[in-house]
Amino acid sequence: MSTPDPKPRSLRYVDALREAVAQEMRRDPEVFVFGLDVDDHRAIQGSTQGLLEEFGADRCFTTPLSEDAMTGVAIGAAMAGMRPIHVHIRMDFLMLCMNQLVNMAAKAHYMYGGSVKVPMVVRSMIGKSWGQGAQHSQGLHAMFMHVPGLKVVAPSNAYDAKGCLIAAIRDDNPVIFMEHRLLYPTEAEVPEEDFTVPFGKARQMLRGTDITIVGISNMAQECLRAASLLADLGVSVDLIDPVSLLPLDMETILASARRTRRLLVVDNAWVSAGAGGEIAAQAAEHLGGEGPLTVRRLGFAPTTCPTTPTLEAAFYPNPTSIAQAAYRMVGGDPAWTPDPAQAQLAYQQVFKGPF
Amino acid sequence: MASPEPTDQETIARLYRGIARIRRVEERVAAIYPTDKIKSPIHLSIGQEAVAVGICEALRADDTVSGTYRGHATYLAKGGDLNAMLAEMYGKVSGCARGKGGSMHLVGLEQGILGCSAVVGSNVPVAAGYALALKRRGRGQMVACFYGDGASEEGGVYETLNFAALHKLPILFVCENNFLAIHEPLNRRWAADRLTERVATFGMPAQRITSGDIFEIRTAAAEAVAAIRAGAGPVFLECHTYRWREHVGPAEDYAAGYRDRADLEAWQAKDQVARLAALLPEDARQTIDAAIAAEIDAAVRFAEDSPFPALEELYDHVYA
Repeated sequence: MSTPDPKPRSLRYVDALREAVAQEMRRDPEVFVFGLDVDDHRAIQGSTQGLLEEFGADRCFTTPLSEDAMTGVAIGAAMAGMRPIHVHIRMDFLMLCMNQLVNMAAKAHYMYGGSVKVPMVVRSMIGKSWGQGAQHSQGLHAMFMHVPGLKVVAPSNAYDAKGCLIAAIRDDNPVIFMEHRLLYPTEAEVPEEDFTVPFGKARQMLRGTDITIVGISNMAQECLRAASLLADLGVSVDLIDPVSLLPLDMETILASARRTRRLLVVDNAWVSAGAGGEIAAQAAEHLGGEGPLTVRRLGFAPTTCPTTPTLEAAFYPNPTSIAQAAYRMVGGDPAWTPDPAQAQLAYQQVFKGPF
Repeated sequence: MASPEPTDQETIARLYRGIARIRRVEERVAAIYPTDKIKSPIHLSIGQEAVAVGICEALRADDTVSGTYRGHATYLAKGGDLNAMLAEMYGKVSGCARGKGGSMHLVGLEQGILGCSAVVGSNVPVAAGYALALKRRGRGQMVACFYGDGASEEGGVYETLNFAALHKLPILFVCENNFLAIHEPLNRRWAADRLTERVATFGMPAQRITSGDIFEIRTAAAEAVAAIRAGAGPVFLECHTYRWREHVGPAEDYAAGYRDRADLEAWQAKDQVARLAALLPEDARQTIDAAIAAEIDAAVRFAEDSPFPALEELYDHVYA
């Protein structure tokens, strides 16, 4: 990681993504960006805006609606020494790429005895709200966390978005890079020069003593809001954003849970067989013999995401449900409910930071 | 279509050596297999050698091939290391994938062998991506991508044909049509036997070769390669051929009832190994045969004498 910028500036998440790619394309002629609509005037919500103009159609180009084959194309180009960034406007389309991602990208280095590398990045966005519904609101990271050979990263703020994307481009392995649509307009302090945020190192967002909360992707921001509600009650939260899910920095999580003996994992995905289950299981394996340990998971309701606003609101964890779960874990009043005005979702507020 | 006239003795000898070497290697593998020294599912190319050799004859050393799980012929025709191939099938560390890939994942980047895949058709888009990179490099290199008639039913293959034509990629698609996908004959899988015409609609030259004639395949490949190197974009060849042995394993399976021995006999009557052998003087053929036998003996010894990987290698190469 390079020296932090002496003059910090605030940058939106979406602009951090764009800046990371542009800087890497300038630095390395083997980097190219492709995917449906990356060179369209809307340019993936603006995250690829300007790349066509600066780097030309050879290095920024759209594709047919052929996700599986285009993933294979990225793999083949990567095997030849290029560094493709394959962009999907929604994570749901990765389901069409599963064969290439799981059977080829993840395994090529191993099954060919180390003789080939697959240095590719797969960018995709998780949707939420505005009634996006069943097929545009999924956090599917657990499916990829299951497969050795892939790396999975889900930055929750603009600083990590830039640093992780540069790290992903420079990584010699296939990296699934998960963005959250609601994070796009959020701002953080981001250095102008290039820098990397290494995978396998969790970010300590808050230091606290009463409970360890792990927030994944956008849930890291909702947990931040929940922590402020809990602070009003005198509950001190140790808040951790894993940043990368494969590799997963369990050391940081275990060190915290070892102190607090309470671990709440809030996932931006379903609970069943998910990232929260993995984190909870590892905590139980390592800490269960040392004494009492309270573990809980939160995530999407075990149902398909509806479009109607009232039901959709109940589908997701939110600052209220997170704070209530945490408060009960520390022995607080089970009937406590925060003031609704204070408990707005993080994205409904102007969010600055934490960097 | 009439077969082009056989060319000079030197060429015939080279082609014979290529095709007979593959046949003898596979026959040796089939003989070893029941001993259980090779613990890897083997998909023999016996009967199909002419396609790989005829196509690879047209390629340069710095071109690349992409093969299927039935990839032994492709690997050897493109110059793959026989020692490394047999050691790979034995699971030895001296194998081309350090024993971690087995028979279905032969690879050799130094010889331009991009690797073979067990998931039908999954090599095809990867080959196109490699061709995309070669086009950008601008050194006139190209890819020959082999796949079977079964793979022609996979969606990703059609996605790839479209993309390759759209971007005028330097890639020769070769469909080895042996009329069988595992145990399913073509008429249970294709509504219409019009594969070549279907591919042509993507906007690339497409040709069907039904004879199995190595000279005809070689001539068609040479023309395709010339056009591809000139920047015309991809070309497709459908080459009819026939798998003499079972889908996986060393034996014949005509008693299973899904195909007719008469089909085998028709293809054996035009066996290209025997045909080329007959075009050579007896002493020249014997010299080649002796050299092949000695090479195979040495490769088997190499594989048997090589060590297995150390246990620590289980965790090597998960990440680069």
